[in-house]
Amino acid sequence: MSALEPILLTIITASTPLLLAAIGELITERSGVLNLGVEGMMIVGAVMGFAITAMSGSPYLGVVASMFAGMAMALLFGFLTLNLMTNQVATGLALTILGLGLSGMLGEAFIGQPGIKLPVLHIPGLSDIPFIGTVLLSQDILVYISLALVAAVYYFLFKTRAGLVIRAVGDNHTSAHALGYSVLKVRYLAVLFGGACSGLAGGYLSLVYTPQWVEGMTAGRGWIALALVVFASWRPLRLLVGAYLFGAVSVLQFHAQAAGIGLPSQLMSALPYLATIVVLVIISRNQAVTRANTPACLGRPFSPDR
Amino acid sequence: MRKLLSLAATATLALGLTAGIASAEDPLKVGFIYVGPVSDHGWSYQHDQGRLAIEEHFGDKVETTFIESVSEGPDAERAIERLARSGHDLIFTTSFGYMNPTVKVAKRFPDVKFEHATGYKQAENVATYGARFYEGRYIIGQIAAKVSETGTAGYIGSFPIPEVVRGINAFMLGAQSVDPDFKVKIVWVNSWYDPGREADAAKALVDQGVDIMVQHTDSPAPLQVAEERGIKGFGQASDMIKFAPNAQMTAIVDDWSEYYIARVQAVMDGTWEGGDTWGGLDQKLVHIAPFTNLPEEVAAEAAATTEAIRKGELVPFSGPITKQDGSVFLEEGQQATDEQLLGMNFYIKGVDDQLPK
Repeated sequence: MSALEPILLTIITASTPLLLAAIGELITERSGVLNLGVEGMMIVGAVMGFAITAMSGSPYLGVVASMFAGMAMALLFGFLTLNLMTNQVATGLALTILGLGLSGMLGEAFIGQPGIKLPVLHIPGLSDIPFIGTVLLSQDILVYISLALVAAVYYFLFKTRAGLVIRAVGDNHTSAHALGYSVLKVRYLAVLFGGACSGLAGGYLSLVYTPQWVEGMTAGRGWIALALVVFASWRPLRLLVGAYLFGAVSVLQFHAQAAGIGLPSQLMSALPYLATIVVLVIISRNQAVTRANTPACLGRPFSPDR
Repeated sequence: MRKLLSLAATATLALGLTAGIASAEDPLKVGFIYVGPVSDHGWSYQHDQGRLAIEEHFGDKVETTFIESVSEGPDAERAIERLARSGHDLIFTTSFGYMNPTVKVAKRFPDVKFEHATGYKQAENVATYGARFYEGRYIIGQIAAKVSETGTAGYIGSFPIPEVVRGINAFMLGAQSVDPDFKVKIVWVNSWYDPGREADAAKALVDQGVDIMVQHTDSPAPLQVAEERGIKGFGQASDMIKFAPNAQMTAIVDDWSEYYIARVQAVMDGTWEGGDTWGGLDQKLVHIAPFTNLPEEVAAEAAATTEAIRKGELVPFSGPITKQDGSVFLEEGQQATDEQLLGMNFYIKGVDDQLPK
């Protein structure tokens, strides 16, 4: 093992929850729905993942549970904003507050219990290749899922008809409706996908990152994921860059501190945010392209009857 | 930001119904503000243990309330004021960053008594209290230097405030008493509580070759990393052995119960006064969790050090001590005053790091 490998492994661990939550929110927002409840869906995913794992002994069941927990929260959000047409921003914030409180209540029995870690999936032959195998191909299933999702979302959004429909609904829901697409159905599916991904991101926290349940363990990662989606101008590959950049800088600044490079630690803690914003702003500097990528109907409610 | 106002009145109510002899007086209302969730299994958890001890001790003569996860800053002022306004007689604000909000609210409510943990601003109705955790840090420094093979410990700090800096210095004094060349690598996470970042910081330290993990943050995540990577470490604020059965050597445990009970009693007796209480092992505000995963003779020596500090035979900050920049902090035979300790903003010699300003 070279010195680089453990650092890369740590970076992957730090980036994966952000990437998972953000890729889900990207689809949600592409359909024109702004769900600010990522943090809340994540933390409920985290507690359910931990709880089911603790009760069943199987972290894989935990992963599934975290996904469904995130979806359940998203379903509530969908019902409120899509059917009852509540304000999306306010409902999203409420979802976060609800999630933080609810998870504290659900998790009470599991405090102080050591967790079970999601095992690494060894791919026979491939996992033993030096470097590439030991770093990239010796991960748990959620890391593979997160990377596969980026590729799948990219292909889906830009190369398939269904992706085109999602983008159409997000850009101009009236026209999409006039063309005969069910705006609400498309948005429901997008919101649920976002919830599933946020739930998985939470599960990653309580099953891989720090295998334990403690209240508030998302510590603001949902908000970072939300910001990443915007700064990546709703493009999946830029999101991948952004999430890994953020993870890399936040891990590397710890290494720099431990090595004693002598910069103020406050500045070092701000570095991941600064670096990610600067890089993503530079990538997205072409305004015309950014505007084209921004879902024009983002946050606007749609009623088929009006 | 969730603010869960939990009224722990059930116990009081149950007792009140059965015990008709209880006085007709209103129970004394005691409020607590916590910086983290009660379940952090560290700092806030220990304060809540103190709250429960009050309930257990006084039964239906008290009524306690807590507000958890209150961030330091403007939010804190609102939360403290809410408790003051709702008729609490005694309010414990349990984090350093609540200092100014506490003093501010105290001015507006002269009849309410406030107790602020780890701060230094007092008033007629504001007392401060703290525990000399650094005594424990001296002990774990000694253990670290004896156990470490690489001669380097990793230290995860929250914020570069005197409380934490003092801990690092005490740790190093303990370590240097065994191995004068002992090294420490310090990483600041700029948060009291973020399990993920604490874990990242811990991994970075292990990757850089430390074999002892010390933390001054509140979650068990760093110790969990130590367990996973097969190195040793120390618990913080509460006994974290469950999270690291093979890694935790001991933990510096805060124990507020006796102090809290004494202060509530003082309010009841009308003898409560502002001022400052700063106790350590001697007053049982700090205690040392059982020694585990240690060679027997190291555990015995650590126990002897603990006893010596408790009796006052050993004072961690006693001269000669040189500051990092080479100037003299304490001459031979001198001991640090509380003022010097409370305002400590420099590293001692041997700490190979720059203190963030």
